[in-house]
Amino acid sequence: MMPTSPAKRPRPLSPNIQNYRPQLTSVLSIANRISGVLLSLAAVVLVIWLLAAAAGPEAYAVVQGAFASWLGQVVLFGCTFAFFLHLCGGIRHLVWDMGYGYELGSIYASGWTVVAGSVVLTVLAWIASLVLGG
Amino acid sequence: MDRQHMRSPLARAMGLGSAKKGVEHWWAERVSAVALIPLTLWFVASIIAQTGSDHATFITWLRTPVATIMMVLLLVALFHHTALGLQVVIEDYRHAGAKFAALVIMRLSCFGLATAGIIATLHIAFGG
Repeated sequence: MMPTSPAKRPRPLSPNIQNYRPQLTSVLSIANRISGVLLSLAAVVLVIWLLAAAAGPEAYAVVQGAFASWLGQVVLFGCTFAFFLHLCGGIRHLVWDMGYGYELGSIYASGWTVVAGSVVLTVLAWIASLVLGG
Repeated sequence: MDRQHMRSPLARAMGLGSAKKGVEHWWAERVSAVALIPLTLWFVASIIAQTGSDHATFITWLRTPVATIMMVLLLVALFHHTALGLQVVIEDYRHAGAKFAALVIMRLSCFGLATAGIIATLHIAFGG
């Protein structure tokens, strides 16, 4: 806690994000956090799904019906993309944590790999799902 | 500069960072992240394979030992990682009383959801 100064005037709050032009690095940083928060909500849906399956065929059918609706499909597609973005972004962070990939070129290369990888994996997952699900 | 010398020998031995539980939190978040790579990929592959399957098919799949074990492990690692991640988000944007309340609610919710998911899985696995 900072001691309160006698002359109080509003101090600028870091990091003044609106003053900066969005860059791949900053966008992926906040995207990792946003996707993480969204996946927390998806985890709640996972528990509801398991509880419905444990409750019986009727409850399970209600949840499956919600998943099959167009809104459910849009949400599930969003969850899939959030998952692969967070997965790829997380692996990028783990590589950094091991001390690799800090050169500016590497940071942009890994960043675009995360973007392309999560788009491709999301599309592949849904193609597989549509092929298997008919 | 040798970064090790920035910390006291006691802090180094206890694995503590500059203050409080930072290093412990940092490690736990990464360990749970590594665990979640195979667990979530298994989960996504499994639910893709289960697309459009009815209740009986789904139950039969979840009752197989591998699926039961993987689902319980997924729920443990997932909600541990979720609690650690949301803690940082809350600490960044909420302060004082609101922070404390949000942290307590978030932590209890994660415990509750993980328990509910595990019990549901075990109910399916061992239920008649």
